[in-house]
Amino acid sequence: MWRIREFVPRKAAVAALALLGAVHAAVLLAGYLAPYHPAEQDRRYPYAPPGIAGCEERACPVRWFVRDDEGRLHLFGVDAPARIFVLGSDQYGRDQFSRLLHGGRISLAAGLLAAALSLGAGWVAGALAGYRGGRLDAAVMRASEFFLALPWLYLLFALRAFLPLDVAPERALLFLAAVIGLAGWARPARLVRGVALSAKERGYVVAARGFGASHAHILRRHVLPQTMAVALTQATLLVPQYILAEVTLSFLGLGVGEPVPSWGNMLAALSHYHVLVSYWWMAAPALAMVPVFLGYLSLAGVLLESRESAP
Amino acid sequence: MRWLMRRLAHAALLLFGVSALSFLFLEMAPGDYLSEMRLDPQIAPETLAALRQRHGLDDPLPVKYGRWLASAARGDFGHSFAYNMPAAPLVWTRARNTLVLTITAALLSWLAAVPLGLWFAARRGGWVDRSGAAATALLLAIPDLLLALALLMFAVRTRALPAGGMVTPGAGGLLDLAAHMVLPVAALVLGGLPLLVRHVRAAVVEVLDAPFIRAARAHGIPPLRLLWRHALPAAANPLVSLFGLSIGTLLSASLLIEVVMGWPGLGPLLVEAIMARDLFVVIDGVLFSAVFLIAGNLLADVLLYVADPRIRTA
Repeated sequence: MWRIREFVPRKAAVAALALLGAVHAAVLLAGYLAPYHPAEQDRRYPYAPPGIAGCEERACPVRWFVRDDEGRLHLFGVDAPARIFVLGSDQYGRDQFSRLLHGGRISLAAGLLAAALSLGAGWVAGALAGYRGGRLDAAVMRASEFFLALPWLYLLFALRAFLPLDVAPERALLFLAAVIGLAGWARPARLVRGVALSAKERGYVVAARGFGASHAHILRRHVLPQTMAVALTQATLLVPQYILAEVTLSFLGLGVGEPVPSWGNMLAALSHYHVLVSYWWMAAPALAMVPVFLGYLSLAGVLLESRESAP
Repeated sequence: MRWLMRRLAHAALLLFGVSALSFLFLEMAPGDYLSEMRLDPQIAPETLAALRQRHGLDDPLPVKYGRWLASAARGDFGHSFAYNMPAAPLVWTRARNTLVLTITAALLSWLAAVPLGLWFAARRGGWVDRSGAAATALLLAIPDLLLALALLMFAVRTRALPAGGMVTPGAGGLLDLAAHMVLPVAALVLGGLPLLVRHVRAAVVEVLDAPFIRAARAHGIPPLRLLWRHALPAAANPLVSLFGLSIGTLLSASLLIEVVMGWPGLGPLLVEAIMARDLFVVIDGVLFSAVFLIAGNLLADVLLYVADPRIRTA
């Protein structure tokens, strides 16, 4: 059986966890690390390259721990009217770096929330189906077949098509997480069902039944721990897939809308060829996904390996 | 044969269920194509009411579904409001373009994945294998979107390849089509390849430990023949099943890459239809993807049936 102690010492896992921790911390601290508000425009500097803009006449050194007009603390900044664009600016002169950090909040949170929803719904459906069996089992399995009969993105599109087009930006995150999470419940449900099926035949489960343990107790104390390994591996695979799903939907204009930044809608500017060719820094959100995916996928690899080598 | 009939019946039932489920969701969808038109002062309310009447938009759900089934039997599969024509021909021309892309990409990625996987497996633990593993891990972490954008950027910069679209207006011919296909197919192959290579390698590595391989090696069979004639057929079963699954992955990836690269396939049509609330087109497009995925899995099962006598008797 899989235990946390067995897997933490592995170097790859530690590296992956550190990488993921760093990215998530940076995104969580976006308000402090980012020099500007993500929606703050400066029409003087559209598509400014990375660097400090408005600095032709005098020196404008980078200052650390600065306060903005509203008294909020930022790690770094330059004196107005100059502007610091670590990753350049977009068509409205908004700071790409600030938008990248704030947009990461939406994209990463959507991935995590959707994965939690998928696993939660999948776990309940799968555990009940496997444990109870009979007609409930058959019903859950048939229902999951419908969800697995469609290629993933088509399924997502289909669900998205039947929901309102315009979603308020502040509610878009929850909305998207719900759509993505519910679209993906079937696979975890099937995996958990398989584990629950074998778990209920184990001697100690039968013994617990004999001692009069309730079904809820057995599900919680005996079946749930058995399914943890599968659920954790699934989580590491689902989160990057769901982050990509949010990015794809927002990129196509079916997800989070302006002015709230998300990695997907930031990339939408690249559908104009002149932006794609001339302003490479606009692709930063796509590049930012690579370390996140590397982290999650190497975690998944370590988890799969430790499950295979487990007795 | 009975087995095949059962599978076909199951597939048909599944499609029927998917279409029924889509209609159930459709009922919950807020607004439709014509309700957007209501805001247009140029269109008289009577005209709209007549249109609603003609297309039966206010009928109860079972009636709508029955009408759609009848139109499916006629080969129309519903009506596209945005194009004002039956949905089936519209979806089919786009789906054909998607198929051209996906089938080419599927063939190419398997043609590349099998030799690469065999090579890595044969050099297990060596530097080839390890650098291969690192390369696949990195490629796996690069989202399709980034791949497509990078390829497109390369094409626009160098002007070596046409960026976007399917044919050059005024030109045409197979060569032109092939030139337009290079970028989207490259993005699809690069996106799908790492997973396939990994699976081929894993399957072959498992077989290479088997006693019959050691025996064959002891008989002096050359290494290449050993890999292709002895190890690969023994490792083929999970790979054939994976072939069916890889169709679904490729279809999904193709959806996004078509939009980015301006390939006139199902992807752009679906996005457009979702935006315009042209829901019959969405349903047909989604159903088509289900047909293709199920057909891919069925093909994989038939291949398994043909290739492995153990499955035939079971």
